[in-house]
Amino acid sequence: MEKIESPLELEKLRKSIQSKKKKEKTFISICAGTGCRASGSESVINAFKEEIKFLGLQNKVGVKVTGCHGFCEKGPIIVIHPKEIFYHNVEKEDVMEIVSETIIGGKIIDRLLYVDPTTGKKITKESDVPFYNKQKRIILGNNGKIDPTDIEDYIALGGYSALSKVLFKIKPEQIIEEVKKSGLRGRGGGGFPTGRKWESCRNAKGKLKYVICNADEGDPGAYMDRSLLEGNPHSVLEGMIIGAYAIGSKNGYVYVRNEYPLAVKHLEIAVNQAEEYGFLGKNILGSGFNFSILISRGGGAFVCGESTALMASLEGKPGEPRAKYVHTVEKGLWNKPTTLNNVETWANIPIIIHKGASWYSKIGTEKSKGTKIFSLVGKINNTGLVETPMGMKLREIIYDIGGGIPNKKKFKAVQTGGPSGGCIPEELIDLPIDFEKLTEAGSMMGSGGMIVMDEETCMVDVAKYFLKFLMEESCGKCVPCREGILQMGEILENITKGNGQPGDIELLEEISTVIKDTSLCALGGTAPNPVLSTIRYFRNEYDSHIKDKKCPAGVCQALIQYSIIPKKCIGCGACLKQCPQNAITGEKKQPHIINPEKCIKCGACYDVCKFDAIKRV
Amino acid sequence: MQGETISRDFPAIDAIIKKYGERKEFLICILQDIQARYGYLPREDLERVAEKLGIPLIQIYSVATFFKAFSLRPKGGHTIQVCLGTACHVRGAERVLSKIKRDLDIDVDETTKDMNFTLKTVNCLGACALGPIVEIDGKYHGNMNTTKVESVLKKYSTKMKE
Ligand SMILES: Cc1cc2nc3c(=O)[nH]c(=O)nc-3n(C[C@H](O)[C@H](O)[C@H](O)COP(=O)(O)O)c2cc1C
Ligand code: SF4
Ligand code: FES
Repeated sequence: MEKIESPLELEKLRKSIQSKKKKEKTFISICAGTGCRASGSESVINAFKEEIKFLGLQNKVGVKVTGCHGFCEKGPIIVIHPKEIFYHNVEKEDVMEIVSETIIGGKIIDRLLYVDPTTGKKITKESDVPFYNKQKRIILGNNGKIDPTDIEDYIALGGYSALSKVLFKIKPEQIIEEVKKSGLRGRGGGGFPTGRKWESCRNAKGKLKYVICNADEGDPGAYMDRSLLEGNPHSVLEGMIIGAYAIGSKNGYVYVRNEYPLAVKHLEIAVNQAEEYGFLGKNILGSGFNFSILISRGGGAFVCGESTALMASLEGKPGEPRAKYVHTVEKGLWNKPTTLNNVETWANIPIIIHKGASWYSKIGTEKSKGTKIFSLVGKINNTGLVETPMGMKLREIIYDIGGGIPNKKKFKAVQTGGPSGGCIPEELIDLPIDFEKLTEAGSMMGSGGMIVMDEETCMVDVAKYFLKFLMEESCGKCVPCREGILQMGEILENITKGNGQPGDIELLEEISTVIKDTSLCALGGTAPNPVLSTIRYFRNEYDSHIKDKKCPAGVCQALIQYSIIPKKCIGCGACLKQCPQNAITGEKKQPHIINPEKCIKCGACYDVCKFDAIKRV
Repeated sequence: MQGETISRDFPAIDAIIKKYGERKEFLICILQDIQARYGYLPREDLERVAEKLGIPLIQIYSVATFFKAFSLRPKGGHTIQVCLGTACHVRGAERVLSKIKRDLDIDVDETTKDMNFTLKTVNCLGACALGPIVEIDGKYHGNMNTTKVESVLKKYSTKMKE
């Protein structure tokens, strides 16, 4: 491939790719995101390739291996274009039938269609599935249409046209104005206005400036950045190149979690291809602008998502934060002005340039513009990645898109903002989700993790979970964070073990205030949030643990008992065989019993019982 | 793979360092590649890296001990990673971990006596829909519970004997 040297050449190439693709009318798009891979999509892909080759259909039917479609719960997912036929939970045994019936015969296979659980109706088209049609997928939408390892797929869908527009038609200052006008705020957690950050960095003294993409994604229940990098890496690169041009930077870095091998691989391929086509490197598209991107892999420390720690780690040092009275836009990486933005933030940029700030700012609420991707996980029917306009009500996300809570259990709360955030209780289910509203409710937008909890989730345990996480991840540089979180963790440990004391809640609140006020970085500064918000909304659960020594949700091991409900037990003996302690006895076909003296509360009987006969209270 | 500490494969280490242009800022990436090759960071290799990049060994150790991804001790034949991400946690990952610990009689970050398994934990593997997830040598095992642990572990124990 020869480098593209002008906008005209780019448009010519785009036309030729598009007409080439038109010939290939039918194509099967198969999700190979991490979720679908875990459910076996790779063997489905291979089966399709073999079958199509076997029937000699290579020139008529394409197989497109794409990134995450979002509906991970139903994986492996395939969509047959152009009719957009949506099949889920596809297995390799289904492949022959799909090719002969649907692709050659044009018939729909009923069994593989999605059934709307509320109406019971079968749905054929992907965009009619309620999980998708309530979303607004301006960032994620192309994931299902692109082979992330092929830059031409991205170009065919208009990719790099925003870059070519800014390089030749828009002055850097105007780009920054446009981003400011769009109202875009950082998607990495803090929600800082992106345009203003760029402006300060552009105005900062010095010739050498850096742009960085934060792909450390440390929130332990969020994977939207990963899916973007795996599924549409060029959208992130294009955003970074535009940003670099606006700020006046020649060097960029992507700092990506090493636990994301597929994201790293796709990024590397994307950077190489972008260089080859002339979107990165010297004299980009013939404009005279130079910019290159290096990929650096993180070492698995949550604190390295914090801007100054990330920069330290990029310099090859341990990732410890520093005080931020000197802003990183003035003195960041190697003490040079640096702009750091999150993966999703960067991916918003080409769209803003392409569609215009006024189009973009119509989406969302007064102070939170655009869309946000959430990872909707936990006790929810439709687990997956969802993208909604800012301001959508929690109820719509949980029930209309998420399909409600599994096993007819009751919704209790949703946790947002990861270890820095908090829980939103059922009373607030009609809360419109944006930066302000979440903060008012005592939580945070964070990176977009949304963990749904039902009546069987213990809120004290959730608070303890996040504190334990932060205890391990605190870098230890400052005392309030290092020691304070440890102390809070111990108090919670005691409470969940049945050793809670009156006054523990007040003590937790007091330590929280100190940690919040005196920690160096936001890891410590926000660490008490999961505890404070659960105390705020679920104080009664704390009281049950402390006063009654009971865990109402049946989670905290020391406070629960396993027993067998005689009416439900048919005496099959499955639990008896599983119990490592021989704590279960009983005659065949007679209700069994558990000896509490011997029981170590491992839950093996609970997991193995098919008759819901094991009680955990 | 283990016990390979006596004569080190320096050309391989040098090649890794060279791949990153012998640049200090890629220390973490270099350590990652060494770790991927040997399963841990042998001391001799770290000395070589220190020499080549011109940074003190103590600085390399401070990086190697700061990040969870690195291990200074050899690992077992199979690495088990139990996801303790939030989504897996609320679906009972803790009980799955306890069961594995009991069955293998080791704690997290330890290796079984026969060097067959090393037990690790990880935060969110991006497959929350299938949680709780246990990853063994890169392969995901979804919807784990205490009952399934045994049969999954068995697969890896017999494979070694074959
Ligand atoms: C402890 C801690 C962890 C963080 N982790 C991440 C992360 O994983 N990804 C991210 O984009 N931002 C993370 N941030 C926020 C970054 O410091 C920074 O604000 C953000 O990357 C800026 O980009 P944005 O303006 O586009 O959001 C973290 C902050 C803290 C304090
Ligand atoms: S607040 Fe915690 S993580 Fe941040 S610098 Fe202090 S000790 Fe380190
Ligand atoms: S929390 Fe375990 S895979 Fe996401």
